[in-house]
Amino acid sequence: MANSISSTGTDSFVGTARSRVDGPAKVTGLAKYAGEFTAADLAHGYVVSGGIAKGRITAIDTAAAEAVPGVVKVFTHENRPRTAWLDYNYQDAVAPPGSPFRALYDDKILYSGQPVALVVAEDFDTARYAASLIKVAYEVEEPLTDVERQREFGYVPPMKRAGIKPPPEPWGDAEGAFASAPVQLRNDYTLAVEHHNPMEPHASTVVWEGDGRITVYDKIQGVSNSQGYIAGVFGMDKDKVRVLNPYLGGGFGLGLRPQYQLFLAVMAARELERSVRVVLTRDQMFTMSYRPDVRQTISLGSDEEGKLLSLRHEALSGTSRFEDYQEVVVNWSAILYGGCENVALDYRLTQIDTFTPSDMRAPGAVTGVFALEIAMDELAYATKQDPIALRLKNYTDRDPTEGKPFGSKSLRACYEQGAELFGWSERNPEPRSMRDGKELVGWGMATGVWEALMQKSSAQATLTADGKLVVGNSTGDIGTGTYTILTQIAADALGLPMEDVTTKLGDTDLAEAPVAGGSWTAASSGTAVMKACRKIAADVFAMARAMDDSPLANVDLERVVFTGGRIEVAGDPSRSVSLVEAMAAAGVDKVEATESAGPDAGHAKEFASYTHSAIFAEVKIDEELGQVRLTRIVSAIAAGKIINPKTARSQILGGVVMGIGSALEEESMLDHAVGRFMNHNLGEYHVPVNADIHDIDVIFVEEEDKANPMGVKGLGEIGIVGTAAAIANAVYHATGKRIRDLPITIDKIIG
Amino acid sequence: MLIDSGSPGAPAAIGISLTINGEVRELQVAPWTTLLDLLREELDLTGTKKGCDHGQCGACTVLVNGTRINSCLALAVMKDGAEIVTVEGLARHAGQDGAMHPLQAAFVERDAFQCGYCTPGQLCSAAGMISEGHATSREEIREAMSGNICRCGAYTNIVDAIEDVMHAGAAR
Amino acid sequence: MNRFDYVRPTTVEEAVRAIGSAANARFIAGGTNLVDLMKYNVERPERLVDITRLPLEAIEERDGGLGIGALVTNATVAYDDRIKSRYPLLSSAILAGASGQLRNAATTGGNLLQRTRCYYFYDDAMPCNKRDPGTGCQAIGGVNRIHAIFGTSDTCIATHPSDMCVALSALNATVRVTGPAGERIIPLGEFHRLPGDEPQRDTTLAADEIVLSVDLPDEDFGAHHTYLKLRDRLSYAFALVSVAAVMKRDGDTITEARFALGGVAHKPWRNAEAESSLKGKPATRETFEAAADIVIRQAQPQSENGFKVELARRAIIRGLSQAAAGTPQSQSDKRIA
Repeated sequence: MANSISSTGTDSFVGTARSRVDGPAKVTGLAKYAGEFTAADLAHGYVVSGGIAKGRITAIDTAAAEAVPGVVKVFTHENRPRTAWLDYNYQDAVAPPGSPFRALYDDKILYSGQPVALVVAEDFDTARYAASLIKVAYEVEEPLTDVERQREFGYVPPMKRAGIKPPPEPWGDAEGAFASAPVQLRNDYTLAVEHHNPMEPHASTVVWEGDGRITVYDKIQGVSNSQGYIAGVFGMDKDKVRVLNPYLGGGFGLGLRPQYQLFLAVMAARELERSVRVVLTRDQMFTMSYRPDVRQTISLGSDEEGKLLSLRHEALSGTSRFEDYQEVVVNWSAILYGGCENVALDYRLTQIDTFTPSDMRAPGAVTGVFALEIAMDELAYATKQDPIALRLKNYTDRDPTEGKPFGSKSLRACYEQGAELFGWSERNPEPRSMRDGKELVGWGMATGVWEALMQKSSAQATLTADGKLVVGNSTGDIGTGTYTILTQIAADALGLPMEDVTTKLGDTDLAEAPVAGGSWTAASSGTAVMKACRKIAADVFAMARAMDDSPLANVDLERVVFTGGRIEVAGDPSRSVSLVEAMAAAGVDKVEATESAGPDAGHAKEFASYTHSAIFAEVKIDEELGQVRLTRIVSAIAAGKIINPKTARSQILGGVVMGIGSALEEESMLDHAVGRFMNHNLGEYHVPVNADIHDIDVIFVEEEDKANPMGVKGLGEIGIVGTAAAIANAVYHATGKRIRDLPITIDKIIG
Repeated sequence: MLIDSGSPGAPAAIGISLTINGEVRELQVAPWTTLLDLLREELDLTGTKKGCDHGQCGACTVLVNGTRINSCLALAVMKDGAEIVTVEGLARHAGQDGAMHPLQAAFVERDAFQCGYCTPGQLCSAAGMISEGHATSREEIREAMSGNICRCGAYTNIVDAIEDVMHAGAAR
Repeated sequence: MNRFDYVRPTTVEEAVRAIGSAANARFIAGGTNLVDLMKYNVERPERLVDITRLPLEAIEERDGGLGIGALVTNATVAYDDRIKSRYPLLSSAILAGASGQLRNAATTGGNLLQRTRCYYFYDDAMPCNKRDPGTGCQAIGGVNRIHAIFGTSDTCIATHPSDMCVALSALNATVRVTGPAGERIIPLGEFHRLPGDEPQRDTTLAADEIVLSVDLPDEDFGAHHTYLKLRDRLSYAFALVSVAAVMKRDGDTITEARFALGGVAHKPWRNAEAESSLKGKPATRETFEAAADIVIRQAQPQSENGFKVELARRAIIRGLSQAAAGTPQSQSDKRIA
């Protein structure tokens, strides 16, 4: 097998379906999340959220709150402790260019829901009650939160966000070619603002250790980011700040950047010299980042047969007044269909009076690809093509944005296998042609794409004299299955049963790794763990060979295999030494290794790396009443090597379900008069519930990739990308109604 | 008997008795403390989760006298005398001390969770739903489990796990 | 959540005395709405009167119909064999609402008294005449996709959120209450009120009165009923529009038909003229369309909820069709009958 982890050439665990190693802790309630750690001297902070979107605080009356027995202190901008001065100190590892928000910094109100006070009390109930007694008076200015109305102020961001590729320079003459194209389609697309809404509200527990050190349990997708932020903002040495987060109740991108509850909890703990926990309410989860409001225009010009002659994709994205949040929205059009000779991509920002948007599952791709893949469906109809045939006609084996071939691209196989399982060939392409009883039936498809990324990560491994292995690093398992896949990788790398391997994550005392995001963790941490285990293998092999009368004497490392806790001569199991014996003979009680892994610069120079998918959706619609039922999804994924088909499938299911939310339900509704998202709770911000979700089939197509030693491409994002378009295209097929503004709610079907 | 905590502002702690996961607990609670906050903040039973605190997500679901409810909307003082089962006591409640409840095992086997935060509520809700006995088809299970939001999107696996347990129960 | 004192009476008399003994006291039973509102500082009672120990937990035969004690939970009502066989519309409507957990806790009396889901009402940073009379209504001209299209006033456009009450309205239920002035019976249609210039008042129940039971009249519609609910997801969401309909037929002719709408007004919305228009008519789509048209003539949509007018019209037609055909809407099979 290519890319095997095991020295035997055949992996026992990698590539096989395994239940989560952290499953028992999660189903018994023993897994502890950031807001569930405690300390003897714990005080509870409750945040008071502001009620206006723009202006300043003219007065803040905390007397009644301070008078409540049990209240320790009320923090406001008037009495907050001093923190770092320069923006630089507040910029976390994934911050976009700009001036990061500083809670309680001064009297200025930058967005609705901004924290204006923190009440710290002996218990949670008291803090919440006292918070309700705080009166804030404002001088109100008119907020501007409508991206469309700020269009004229759009700008190309002068400072690029690290890791976010700006659109390539245009090539050819997109406008001219469009004007002369036999088939011309130009339409606007919008996706409603979405909030991440992980199930666990953001929380930070700061344990005051009393010796200048703090231990922080923070809801973050990578503890190193919180540690760096705390060190920068509060001027603390990193070695005085230990941050942990063994479990994270969902991130979806909201846990990439340290959020304001971390700042407030650390601030209060330092000032009060005691432990403090701050947990946000569900409504306060709408006072942070969100998937940005992006207004898109796509122009497709083609010949009569659907071959693209011109491709333009323009996007105007809202950002805050204080940071230039950027994501890749328009490049996807060229990455998928840029074989076209005339391409122009444009991405601009405009500022509105909200918090800074942020990465939310497949940031930019969800937004850009939803529009592109609806547009392609429109082109399929305009040119009377099968939607798959149209895409194949415009298929590219090169990434024209960087002028490189794809290292691997099994998208064709996704189309074929997905269509086969879905039964696509049975589709009558005519809109409104398929029915089931009272319901119209629609079948739609779309393509998904995401960049296969890798980040520099380190990992450590420790083999102890009892033959048990502990591996890990500081990144987080955000529900993706990282604990499990790293255990599989380590077990195969050293030939141990999985039961003898423990993976530790989410602790800054472990080897440093970046935040878990961008679907890069499997490749990055996985490779680092593999390398650390191989280093241990080499070290223990040396010990084994040095034993008196060693059965491995005169054998090279390349000629042995690690299996069943032993080192064997390949092909001769009679000559072997157990790992435990080797360590005992060498007189060591443990063998440790820390290794790093990073992107293969040589490969990246030659090849572009992307994951791809084909999504097929079936909807059943009661047209008269506008009710859409999403009855079937097939998602065919090309993402390189699959380490654990069970957890991998779950990753895709999760992406698909969130994509269903995008397509049909999710919408944060801004009242522009007050600049506030009004449906700020889970009763009125609708995410899919169990009744909304029917059958979802996931296919992983074979794909061999060499961007990293394991051939892994990552799965966290690809499941969501394109899903909303497939559903919107199915809605069109069912009803003949082309809806370009998501979500597709009842009003749009009957309207 | 009229229980009266006295006037507002008076030190308000009312004595109640709860049986929590089989253990009788005599507790002093403020009238405004919810059952959820009592479990999480005072009894260190943090398995029961706070996802919204308003009955809109189901993460706080526990069994009260065998019935599934949202513990975030229940004042602890009002449950005086009740028997409470949380995720920590689910196995014991089912006579599976030391092992996992069949639902817990099925959730692990079916990968019916990702981040795990909604999971205790899903499990208690599923246990309550099964004992209610109104849902048998997949469609009915989906509807009956719709009070438990899973943002990771494990719904199909959750229904698979519940069906496994219901079918195994029917077979016994 | 504010501080309050707590009393737990065991008789109705004690409860009525307790509610009258503090200026801002509230009864609490299931708590599924009140605790929610208290956490948002929308309700700030000084005293909670826990009525869960009162003897109001029975479903009893009453005057040929059924009387549902105020403390009977929504789940108990929905799954009660007598309710399922004699008032299946009520069972269906209850099962269309909330979640299994909420229905297990929420009571019949509490459901009657649940408050609007208007975003602005729930957000104490926003003005709201219902929450803080005189502060204004930001929903008018604001985010009002879910708001009322009938019976609104210039002070309030909130809707009544219950599914159960929509069915009770169509069933001509009555509410039996008692207070210091003694017992009285309030027809369901008069229990909830329109906002007018007192949007803070949801019902005609006096502050010191307690609901004893909801009483269902002796009336048999066979299979000619339905509860049809349309919403933004397929479960666990409030109605954009819902219809509760009951019908009696003599052959093809409608002899009696009643229907109420949910999600469109400050109370379950009935229209007597539309209902009487159905009487004596053949049970055809044309008949239902004519009735629906009568209803929507009174619609006054807001800036974002104009779609509700057409949705209500279509829902009425479909609901009446389902009732006429004797094919009530299933609440688990999401295909609309």
